[in-house]
Amino acid sequence: MKIKFNISSILAQLLLLSFVIVWIAPTFGLFISSFRDKDKLAISGWWTSLTTVQVNEIYRTKGKEGQVQEGNYFIIRDNFFNDAKGKKVINFGVTSKKINEFIVGNTAILKDKSEIKVFENGDYEWKSKKEFTKKKGRRVFVTASSPPSFTFENYKEVLFKEGLGQAFLNTIVVALPSTLIPLTICSFFAYALAWMKFFGRDILLASIIASLVVPLQMSLIPILTIYNDFGALFGVAAKSFPGIWMAHTGFGLASTTFLLWNFLKSLPNEMMEAAKVDGATHYDVFTKIVLPLSIPAFASIFILQFLWVWNDLLVGLVFLDKHPSEIILTAKLKELLGSRGENWEILTTGAFISMTVPLFIFFSLQRYFIRGLVAGSVKG
Amino acid sequence: MNIISLISTVLAGIFFFIIYFRLFNFILDYIIKYKIISHRYENSIRSIIFIAPAFLVLFTFILFPVFETIRLSFYDKFGREFIGFENYLWAIKDNEFRRSILNNLGWLLIVPTLSTFFGLVIANLTDRIWWGTIAKSIIFMPMAISFVGAGVIWKFIYDYRGIDDQQIGLLNAIVVSFGLEPQAWLTIPIWNNLFLMAIMIWIQTGLALVIFSAALRGIPKETLEAARIDGASEFRIFWSIIIPFLEQTILVIWTIITILVLKVFDIIYAMTNGQWQTEVLANLMYDWMFRGGGDSGRGSVLAFCIMIGVIPILAWNLYRHRNEQST
Repeated sequence: MKIKFNISSILAQLLLLSFVIVWIAPTFGLFISSFRDKDKLAISGWWTSLTTVQVNEIYRTKGKEGQVQEGNYFIIRDNFFNDAKGKKVINFGVTSKKINEFIVGNTAILKDKSEIKVFENGDYEWKSKKEFTKKKGRRVFVTASSPPSFTFENYKEVLFKEGLGQAFLNTIVVALPSTLIPLTICSFFAYALAWMKFFGRDILLASIIASLVVPLQMSLIPILTIYNDFGALFGVAAKSFPGIWMAHTGFGLASTTFLLWNFLKSLPNEMMEAAKVDGATHYDVFTKIVLPLSIPAFASIFILQFLWVWNDLLVGLVFLDKHPSEIILTAKLKELLGSRGENWEILTTGAFISMTVPLFIFFSLQRYFIRGLVAGSVKG
Repeated sequence: MNIISLISTVLAGIFFFIIYFRLFNFILDYIIKYKIISHRYENSIRSIIFIAPAFLVLFTFILFPVFETIRLSFYDKFGREFIGFENYLWAIKDNEFRRSILNNLGWLLIVPTLSTFFGLVIANLTDRIWWGTIAKSIIFMPMAISFVGAGVIWKFIYDYRGIDDQQIGLLNAIVVSFGLEPQAWLTIPIWNNLFLMAIMIWIQTGLALVIFSAALRGIPKETLEAARIDGASEFRIFWSIIIPFLEQTILVIWTIITILVLKVFDIIYAMTNGQWQTEVLANLMYDWMFRGGGDSGRGSVLAFCIMIGVIPILAWNLYRHRNEQST
C-alpha cells in the first residue's frame, strides 16, 4: 500500500499510535510482571525491568561458621548474588550512611581492622587476623547494575501451590458442555423457527427476541431456589457441574438461537424444497444439508459463547461452590484479589493464566469472533 | 473428582442431547414407516422434537424466572408472605440503593458515549493507515479478556504506594514523574467511579471499533470520492457523510453497550466490592441475595430495577422485528 507523507496523515498515525499504546500498555505490563522475580516486582515498576537498571541492595555476609583459616588470616568467601545472573557490582559500602563509599575491586577496612573486598561478579572476601566470632554476618550495601531477568517461578507457584491449575481444569469442564449443549439444542430450535411451520412460531420468535436483552439478574433468585429445592428433593448437591451447564445454556440460549435463526433463514429456499421433493425428512435436511453449510456460523457462535462462559464470574459464583474442586478461574482470581491483594506476582500470573485460552482463541480465530459479533450486532 | 470421571461427565453432558435428537427422530421415522400413526402428524411431531429441549430451557431459565422475580418482589425475604410495596418503599429510602441508581446513571451516560466515540474515531483512523489492521487487533483484544482479568490488570495500574516508596502502579508513576503526589485512586469517592468506568471503556471500545469498521466498508466509494473532488475536507466528510451513514450502527452499538453496562457486576465486585461509594444495582442485588441469609424480596426489587432499564430497548427490538417480518 502507498504511504502518503503529509501532515494530516502523520497526525492521524500519531493519534492512532497513542491509542494503541494506551490500549496495549495495561496488558503488556501484566504480562511482563508475571515473569518478574517477586521481590523485584514488589519494589519497582514493570517498565524498569526491560532495561538494565541500577539497584541498591543490602546483603549480609556469612557468619563465623563460613570462615576458613589461610596462613595468618581467617577468611570468609562467598557470592552475594547466588541466584541472579548477569548482575554487576558498581560500588559498595559498609555503613548505611555511605552506601557507595568504595568502588568495586577496592578494599574496605573496617573498625576492627578486618578487610572486605567485593568483586564485580558479586564475590566477596572478608579477611581478618582474628578469628570471626559472630554468628551473624556483616551487612554490606551494594550498588549493582541489573540486566533484565525473567523467571517462570511465579507460574509454578500459582499453578500448583495456589490451586489455579485445578481451577483451570474446572473452567474447561464448565465451558465445553456449556458451549456445546446450547449449540446442539439451539441449532434444532433455530431450524424449526426458520423452516418448519407450527402453531405458535411467531410468539416463540418474539419471546426469543425479548429474551435477548433480559438481564441475567432477573433469573438468579428463582433459579437458585429451583436448584436448592431440586437438590433437597433428590438428595444431591444443589451446586454441580450439570447444574451450571444448564444455567449457561439457559442464559446463552436466546442469543445462540437468534444468531443461528438469522443465518439459517437466509439459506436458499429451493435447496430445501428440492430435498423435500426427494422425500427427505426435516431431520435429514438438517443433518445432511444444513449442518455442513453452517460450519462457519457454528464456529462464530461457538467462540462467542465459549468466551462468554470462560470469562463469566456471576453465574459461576451463584451456581458453583467455592470448594477447590469446583471453583472456576474467574472466581479463584477474585478470591486471590481479596486474600493476596499485595502479592502482585500471584495476581498478575493468575490473571495471565486465566487469559491464555481467550487470547489463544482471539489470535487464532479472530475472523470468526469478529464475524459473530458483527452478525449479532446487526440486529440484536 | 478424578480426571477420568471429569472427562466422562463432560462427554455425557455433550452427547446427551445429540443422542436425544437422533433417538427421537429415529423412533418417529419408524412409527411413520410402519404407519403406527398417520403421516399427517409427522411434521407436527417432528417440530415438537426439535423445539422441546430449547423451549423447556428457555421457559425454565428465562420466561418463568422473569415473572417469578416480579412476583417475589412483593413478598417477604423468604418469598412466603405477601407484603405489597414494602420492598419498593425500603429501596427508595435506602442510601445504598440511591447511591447505586446514581452510579448506574453515571455508567449509562459515560461508558456507551465514550466507547462509541473512541470506536468511531479509531475505526476511521485504522481505515486510512496501512498498519491499521494491527492497531485494530490490539485495541480489540481486551474484548477477549474476562472482566475479572481486566480488573487485575487495572488494579495493578492504579496501585498505590506510600509517598516515600517507589510507585509500581503505572498511573501513580506517571503522576509522580510530573511532581505530583501519588493517590489511592480507587478510594476517592465519586472519582473512583470514573476509574472503574475506564476499564469498561477500555474493553468495549474494541466492540464498537470492529462493528464500525464493518459498517464503514458499506459506504460507497463513489460518494466519498465525489466529495473529495468537490474539495470537502476530511472533517466535513466525517460529519456530513460518514456520521449520517452510520446513524443506525451507532444506535445499535449504543444499545448493546447500554445493556451490558446495566448489568455491570464483575468489575466492581473484583475491584472495590462496592466500597467507597462505587456500588451499582447488580452488585447490590448480588449482595442482597446472600446478605443475612439472603433476602429474595429486596434482591428481586433490585433485579427488577435493572429490568426496567432494558424495557425500552426490548420494546424497540420487538417493534423492529415486527416491521421486518411484515415486509
